[in-house]
Amino acid sequence: MLEIKNLHASINGKEILKGLSLSVKPGEIHAIMGPNGSGKSTLSSVITGNPAFEVTQGSVVFEGKDLQEMAPEERANEGIFLSFQYPVEIPGVSMVNFMRTAINEQRKYRELPPISATDFLRIMREKKALVEMDNKLTNRSVNEGFSGGEKKRNEIFQMAMLEPKLAILDETDSGLDIDALRIVAHGVNKLKSPENATIVITHYQRLLEYIIPDYVHVLHDGRIVKSGGKELALELEARGYDWIKQEVAV
Amino acid sequence: MEKQYIDLYKTHHSLIKQHAAPVMNESRDASFALFEKLGFPTTKLENYKYTDLKEVLSLDYGLNVRRLDFPVDPYQAFKCDVPGIQSYLYFVVNDAFYPEYNEQNAELPKEVIVCSLKEAAEKYPDLVAKYYGRLSTQKQDGLVAFNGAFAQDGFFMYVPKNVQLDRPVQLVNIMRADVDFMANAHNLIILEEGAKAQLLVCDHTVDDVRFVSNRVTEVFVAENATYEHYKLENTHIKTTNLSTLLIEQQASSNVLGNVITLHNGLTRNSIEIALNGENCETELCGMVIADKKQQVDNFTSVLHNMPNCHSNELFKYVLDDVSKGAFTGSLYVAKDAQKTRAYQTNRNILLNRTAKMRTKPQLEIYADDVKCSHGATIGQLDEQAMFYMRTRGIPYEEARLLLMFAFTADVIDNIRIPALADRMKMLVEKRLRGELSKCEGCTICQ
Ligand SMILES: Nc1ncnc2c1ncn2[C@@H]1O[C@H](COP(=O)(O)OP(=O)(O)OP(=O)(O)O)[C@@H](O)[C@H]1O
Ligand SMILES: [Mg+2]
Repeated sequence: MLEIKNLHASINGKEILKGLSLSVKPGEIHAIMGPNGSGKSTLSSVITGNPAFEVTQGSVVFEGKDLQEMAPEERANEGIFLSFQYPVEIPGVSMVNFMRTAINEQRKYRELPPISATDFLRIMREKKALVEMDNKLTNRSVNEGFSGGEKKRNEIFQMAMLEPKLAILDETDSGLDIDALRIVAHGVNKLKSPENATIVITHYQRLLEYIIPDYVHVLHDGRIVKSGGKELALELEARGYDWIKQEVAV
Repeated sequence: MEKQYIDLYKTHHSLIKQHAAPVMNESRDASFALFEKLGFPTTKLENYKYTDLKEVLSLDYGLNVRRLDFPVDPYQAFKCDVPGIQSYLYFVVNDAFYPEYNEQNAELPKEVIVCSLKEAAEKYPDLVAKYYGRLSTQKQDGLVAFNGAFAQDGFFMYVPKNVQLDRPVQLVNIMRADVDFMANAHNLIILEEGAKAQLLVCDHTVDDVRFVSNRVTEVFVAENATYEHYKLENTHIKTTNLSTLLIEQQASSNVLGNVITLHNGLTRNSIEIALNGENCETELCGMVIADKKQQVDNFTSVLHNMPNCHSNELFKYVLDDVSKGAFTGSLYVAKDAQKTRAYQTNRNILLNRTAKMRTKPQLEIYADDVKCSHGATIGQLDEQAMFYMRTRGIPYEEARLLLMFAFTADVIDNIRIPALADRMKMLVEKRLRGELSKCEGCTICQ
């Protein structure tokens, strides 16, 4: 589904990703862990096409299509979704208008007519229930004045609305209280299917107790330096990253 | 540049006077003398330094001094009825008022007068004489003086004590001529104690020639009266709109001004609101959406002459291509105007590097117990918000549009006529999409 080979990417001339490779197949859950500043969010930005980053080498292919040729919106409409580590506030753009526009753009891309008002409201209601999101939040501007946890929940709500094939959750667990974490994880699991895949970026084993990964990767200094099964996350939680850094240095 | 007009006046002043209301003639020679002295404003003047009028004013324009009829039936040609907004509808073609009968207008309360200034001056000479020129003749401004010398007619509205109009009065200014043309008009609006009126002024052009309109509007808002002034400019790139709006507020009155420029060539709005009584409320807003070679200069001044008044200003510009915007927020707080609260915000988005914005707060505060603030920003669309929206599948152009629309939303929120606000949202969205935002059913705007 997603094939990343020898990816090098930089921002403002500074290289952040230094030869990263990753392969994700339908139905899989991959966890990416790694110290602060190792390039996890950069990887999610590059997959989703953030124009601030420049790919200098390597390739990213999604379902046989070269992503580098595609605008962020095309990637989204092909089925890639990013739950932002830091969701952006957009004052003056209402959640409802935002969501309707996004849904209709996706439908347009698939050559479907715009969604009817009743269908839209019904889906909104269903997905809000799924992530137990307050009605008040969807009546406001996108993320404006939302608390940290509310923003994260809103990301999963949007994911539920858009039903992506590949979801990247960038530290969706940070800032969530225990109950919210459970709700969000439940939401993610509900949306799982053999056809779609998830990349979970996290610092904590806790989330991975709810969303059980098939693979765990350690990102360090712009490269995946270690991969393993879900037990690797436990080991990282217990031992930190130093031992891996040392292994790499050797 | 001024010479042709000075010669014209010297040769034809009796003709000008002959076709004008007598009350307007009383100060005419004095206005002319002032214009001779001041000339047209140049960029050397502090208040005009952002907008150069030389180029447009040095061209030749026809003036209809003899006030011949123009072959147009505005009621036929023009259906800018802002659907859903029930209004009392009037037209001014160039500077001529169209008093034709129309069903809606027949419902205007009998005690309210809406007519041409000339007619008002003939029928109600005392009323008109009491107010005409009281604000405008005080101005040391070449454009206002020019208007005083050449304007022969205009729009007149009088709302007597405690009469509250149930729906807006809509005034559609249409510029119509076969040759490059200039119109000068003087509007006079009087609201007595406790009166209430909403005026929606729409500026339109019909022909593909160059137009200059130089309008002066004097508004008197008496105690406890409420006045709302909406202005929508939707003309063509060859139009120069020079507009001076002078408002005087008495105690406990409430005024809203909302000036919106969608399409025009060169716009200069000089707006001055004098708070001459205590406990006045003043809200002054504006929005500019400009592209190509459009130039829009909003020069505003709010004069807090009395204590306990509150004023709030909000102006927003979205500038594209090589358009130029300017905003001046002049605020004066007199020594005794304690407990003044005066706020001012100007926010601007430049869509590219060639568009230009000049913004200037100009504060003169002589009282010590006041709350005043001002803020101005010039920026681009938020890159992060753009990317966020695009990751949700919203294309670049659409995301841009949503952000621009969001940016202008609070100016539209300041429209107190719901049907007009809805209509304005639609017009603004169309404008931002680059479509012609001509009014539905309108056959004459270009
Ligand atoms: N705009 C930028 N200009 C310069 N350097 C940047 C910029 N954005 C990110 N970086 C750098 O790139 C590196 C990787 O950042 P990234 O956000 O991908 O890390 P991360 O692994 O997600 O970290 P965290 O766990 O803290 O979220 C960091 O050293 C960061 O400082
Ligand atoms: Mg990160």
